[in-house]
Amino acid sequence: MDIQCTVYPISSSGLIYFYSYIIDLLSGTGFLEETGLFYGHYTIDGVKFQNFTYDLPLAYLLSTIVYLALSLLWIVKRSVEGFKINLIRSEEHFQSYCNKIFAGWDFGITNRSTANLKHSSLRYELRADLEEERIRQKIAERTSEETIRIYLLRLFLNCVVLAVLGACFYAIYIATIFSQEHMKKEIDKMVFGENLLILYLPSIVITLANFITPMIFAKIIHYEDYSPGSEIQLTILRCVFMRLATICVLVFTLGSKITSCDNEICELCGYNQKLYPCWETQVGQEMYKLMIFDFIITLAVTLFVDFPRKLLVTYCSSWKLIECWGQQEFAISDNVLGIVYGQTICWIGAFFSPLLPAIATLKFIIIFYVKELSLLYTCQPSPRQFRASNSNFFFLLVLLIGLCLAIIPLTISMSRIPSSKACGPFTNFNTTWEVIPKTVNTFPSSLQSLVHGITSEAFAVPFFIIICLIMSYFIALAGAHKRVVVQLREQLSLESRDKRYLIQKLTEAQRDARNQLD
Amino acid sequence: MGGSGSRLSKELLAEYQDLTFLTKQEILLAHRRFCELLPQEQRSMEESLRAQVSFEQILSLPELKANPFKERICRVFSTAPTRDSLSFEDFLDLLSVFSDTATPDIKSHYAFRIFDFDDDGTLNREDLSRLVNCLTGEGEDTRLSAAEMKQLIDNVSVAGLGLAGPGSGREGWTCGLKPSHSQILEESDIDRDGTINLSEFQHVISRSPDFASSFKIVL
Repeated sequence: MDIQCTVYPISSSGLIYFYSYIIDLLSGTGFLEETGLFYGHYTIDGVKFQNFTYDLPLAYLLSTIVYLALSLLWIVKRSVEGFKINLIRSEEHFQSYCNKIFAGWDFGITNRSTANLKHSSLRYELRADLEEERIRQKIAERTSEETIRIYLLRLFLNCVVLAVLGACFYAIYIATIFSQEHMKKEIDKMVFGENLLILYLPSIVITLANFITPMIFAKIIHYEDYSPGSEIQLTILRCVFMRLATICVLVFTLGSKITSCDNEICELCGYNQKLYPCWETQVGQEMYKLMIFDFIITLAVTLFVDFPRKLLVTYCSSWKLIECWGQQEFAISDNVLGIVYGQTICWIGAFFSPLLPAIATLKFIIIFYVKELSLLYTCQPSPRQFRASNSNFFFLLVLLIGLCLAIIPLTISMSRIPSSKACGPFTNFNTTWEVIPKTVNTFPSSLQSLVHGITSEAFAVPFFIIICLIMSYFIALAGAHKRVVVQLREQLSLESRDKRYLIQKLTEAQRDARNQLD
Repeated sequence: MGGSGSRLSKELLAEYQDLTFLTKQEILLAHRRFCELLPQEQRSMEESLRAQVSFEQILSLPELKANPFKERICRVFSTAPTRDSLSFEDFLDLLSVFSDTATPDIKSHYAFRIFDFDDDGTLNREDLSRLVNCLTGEGEDTRLSAAEMKQLIDNVSVAGLGLAGPGSGREGWTCGLKPSHSQILEESDIDRDGTINLSEFQHVISRSPDFASSFKIVL
C-alpha cells in the first residue's frame, strides 16, 4: 500500500460564492462531506471507555449488516401472512367472487353519496370480472394458428420492451459517466444552473426514464392481447423491473468507474485513487442526491401539477381539453412503486451514508402527509376499487426484490473493492469485510475454532443438503394436503348425490306402499 | 343525558353486558339513541324496555339509512310476532352482532340470515340475485343485465344427475359440457345441490379476508 493512496485533497478555493452552500446542501459536497452524514467522517479510532474500547470499524460494519438483516426479517414476516391468504385462494386468479358478494358491502357506510359510490364501484368490479372471465374463455378457445400469431407478436413486442429498457440503461450509463467526469471541474468556473444540472444529471435521467417508460409499456400491452387482470400485473412487473434496474445500472456504472484506472488495472491502491480518493463518500453522495431529487420531484409534482389540475377542473370545466383530462385518481401502484424505489436507495446508501435512513424517514413522513392532502383535496374516487388484501403480498414481494437488489452492490463493495485508504474507519484494512476475520482472530481459541468450523466447506455443504431435503419434504407435504382437500370436496358432493338418491328411493317406496294399501 | 328515569339500572347493565358483546358505554349510548326514537311519554326506563319501535323509525337512523340491507336487518332481528317492530333488546342484539368484538361465527350466522331473502334456510338463486341487485344499487339502470346475472349465479347443473359444469381447475369431472362459468355457486356450493346452506356459507366467509372489517356497525 502506497502512501499515495492516503492522500485526500479537500478542495477549497479562496473565494466561496454564496450559492456554493446551496450546491453543497443539494449534492452533499463541501461542508456536508465532513459531517457524520458520510462515510468519510468516521475514523478508525475506537472510542475509549474505562475498561474497553468501542471498536468503531466493527460497529460500523455490523450496524449496517444488522439493519439489513432486520429489514429482511420484517419483510419476510409480513409477506408470510399475506402468502397464507394467497395460498388459500390459490384457485382464483384475481379476487374471489364470493368475497365481493358476501363481504362487499361495508356496513359502516352512513353517507348517501358514499353509498352511491360504493354501489357503482361494486357494479364496475363485478362487470369487469365477468368480462375478464369471458375473455379468458375466448382465449381458451383460440385456434392454434391464432395462438402462434399471438405468440410471435408477443415475442416481437417483448423485444421492443427490451430495446426500450436497453436504451434507458445506456442513457443512464452515459449520463453517469458524463456527470462523474465533469464534477471534477472547478465549481466556481461554472454557472450555477449548469453546475446543478451536471450534478443531478443521473437523477434527472432516471426520473425521466421512470416517467416515460410506463406510458410506453401501457401502449404496448394493448397489442399483446392479454386479459385485463394479466395486463395490469404485467405492466406493473415491467415498471418495477425498470425502476429497480435503473438504480442497479447507476450503481454498477459508478463501481466500474471506481475500479478502472488509466492503465486498466489499479495496481497502486486497488481503486482509482486519483479521481476517487474517498470513493465510499462519493457513492454516498450519489445516493444522497438521488434521494433529495426524488423528494423534490414528488413535492413539485404534487404541488404544481395536482393542485392546479384540480383548480382547472373545478373552475374551467367548460373547456373540452380539461373535460377530457379530467380530475385525477390516486394511482396506488405508482405511489407504492415510488416508495419501493425510495426505500431501495435508502438501503443501498445506508452503508455509505449512515444518516441516510434518518433522512429517508423524514422524507417519507413529509411525503405521506403531502400525498394525503393531495388525495383528500384533488383526487376523485377511482371506478375500480382497490382491495388491499389482495395486493399486499405482491407489493411486499417487490420490496423484498428491492432489498435483495440492494444487498448485491453492498456485498461486492464490502468484499471485493478495497476500502479507501484516505478516509473512513477501514483505512488499515484491505477490504471492509476484513475487520470481521481480524476480530474473530482475537476470540479465545475454542470460539475461534467453532467459528472456523461453521464457515468451512465441511459444514456448509452438508448443511445445504439438509436444508434442501427439509424443503422438499415440506413441498411434498403441501402437495399432499392439496390433494386431500380436492378429494374431500369430491366426497362432499358425492355425499349429497347419495342423499338425493336415497330420498328418491324413499319417496318411491312410500308411494308404492300407499298404492298397495289402496 | 335525560333524567334518572331514563337511565338503566346497574343490574340490568351488567346483565346486558353478559349477554351481548357490547361494553357499558355502548349499551348506554344505544339506550339513549333508542329513547330518542320513542315518543315523549314512553321514555322512562320501564316503558323504554317494553316499547316497540316501528321499522320506519329504526330505518331513519343514520347508520342504517344508507344500507341496502336495512329492511332485512330489521326483519331478522325483530322478535315481535308480526315481525314489524324492534324492542330495545332486539336493538341491542343487532348492535351486539355488528360490534367489533363479536365472533366471526356469530357474524356469519346472522349474515346468512340477512341474505336469505325468502327465509327458507338456504341461499338459492333468487336470494343471490336479489342480493346482487341490492349491492349494485336500486335503480333500473344500475342492475346487472340478465345475461351477466346468469353468468354470475347460475349453475349449469345437469341437475338430475347431480353433476355440475366443470369449473376452472377442478379435476375429476368429465369435460363434455361447455362450461358456463357459474361463479358464485361454483365457489361456494360444495355439495352441488344448487343452494348454499349455512355451513357452506360459513366456510366461504371464513376464507374471505374482508368480511370481518366490513360487517360492522358502530353507533
